[in-house]
Amino acid sequence: MPDFSILTDHWDTYIEGFLTTIKASLLALVLSFILGTIIAVMRIAPIAPLRWLGTLFVEFFRNIPLVLILFFCYFALPEVGLPLDGFQAGTIALTIYTASFIAEAIRAGIMAVNTGQMEAGRSSGLTYIQTMRYIILPQAIKIVIPPLGNQFINLVKNTSVLGIVAGLDLMYFGDSISSETYDVFNVYIFVAAFYLVLTVPLSLFVGFLERRLAVTS
Amino acid sequence: MDFFGAYSSDNVLFLLEGLGNTLFVAAIAIVFSFLLGSIIGILRYAKIPVVSHLLAIGVEIIRNLPLLLIILFTKLGLPEVGIQLSVFSAAIIGLIVFESAMLSEIVRSGLTSIEKGQIEAGRSSGLTYIQTVRYIILPQALRRMVPPIVSQFISLLKDTSLAVVISLPELLHNAQIVYGKNSNYVMPIFILVAAMYFIINFSLSIAARKLEQKERKGTKAAKATISNEPYTGSTAL
Repeated sequence: MPDFSILTDHWDTYIEGFLTTIKASLLALVLSFILGTIIAVMRIAPIAPLRWLGTLFVEFFRNIPLVLILFFCYFALPEVGLPLDGFQAGTIALTIYTASFIAEAIRAGIMAVNTGQMEAGRSSGLTYIQTMRYIILPQAIKIVIPPLGNQFINLVKNTSVLGIVAGLDLMYFGDSISSETYDVFNVYIFVAAFYLVLTVPLSLFVGFLERRLAVTS
Repeated sequence: MDFFGAYSSDNVLFLLEGLGNTLFVAAIAIVFSFLLGSIIGILRYAKIPVVSHLLAIGVEIIRNLPLLLIILFTKLGLPEVGIQLSVFSAAIIGLIVFESAMLSEIVRSGLTSIEKGQIEAGRSSGLTYIQTVRYIILPQALRRMVPPIVSQFISLLKDTSLAVVISLPELLHNAQIVYGKNSNYVMPIFILVAAMYFIINFSLSIAARKLEQKERKGTKAAKATISNEPYTGSTAL
């Protein structure tokens, strides 16, 4: 049985880390969703250089480790005069990394919307951007909700890298509690429990959405 | 920025040594998590009472935890219950635990994607359940599973870098040592390390995409041949 006195003695510290983890997840979610949508639209834009830039972004950041991006933000950016603290570096790295996956999911969603819709919008006198904004994207969003949900679960789990650069998240405080109590085993069991409190309901919800959208489509 | 100093042969060799360790750890983890993941996926698919349920709970817990936590726990938490592991074993075991849970889900959903009618057909032709799964369901499911499995391998290779927290001498760890020597090395080393990861993972993703296209064409061709073939009644087995 895990030693519950660790949880009760350090409750405030756990909660502080837990809240930072939630804050980083939500912040990175919103930012990576915005960035990912822009990149996705760039990747299918009628202007070739925009497409190349979008593809470069997605292929590059999808194929390097998150920790490498994190270390770049935390250790390399200060060298060029951009000092970031652990939380900022972590959130920026998560945003960039997750945006590359979200862009791919959204692009697949846009491609799944019938091409006739674009032609219809354009012949009704809407501009390319208007058609995207009012006709294609609203339909694509429905298709991409389940894959986006999965990306969000990954994002929540990935916030744990903040702990490596003193980002004051759950992982970081887990480390600090364990160096205080010398009981790594029990401390990390409760850290795990806090992560599960976030991720299990999320993955059940995503599973529910997947089944529901599969039935309606 | 000092590119010449940063790319001295000693530094590059040291980074390549790290890359070697990354690939070594990833390769062992891939082999074992593939085996373990397949076994778990098949057991869950077979719906054996109790066993399948326990595995489902285990897989869900592991899948919903950060891999970083699992690696740290393996290295720092397990000694408290008497299990001492070297950084290499801890990294490999942490990766195997996490990735086999992920792979088991791919295997399970690949198997469930094959129509139930195929099992009924196999069973009515006189094959046992195990024979049906082994000779009819698995070969078809495996082809569908290949692209997601390759993507998972790419994730695994990238995730090996998380073992930097337990000082596994992998690529990122060695990179930190090199750019720690001189602040002018930071940018050049990041560029080189990113290039190394990118080249390996990008080639793998291209391979995954090729396999996916091939698989799609394969399924279409298979469907076409089936529908073009005149029905000849029961074929002797």
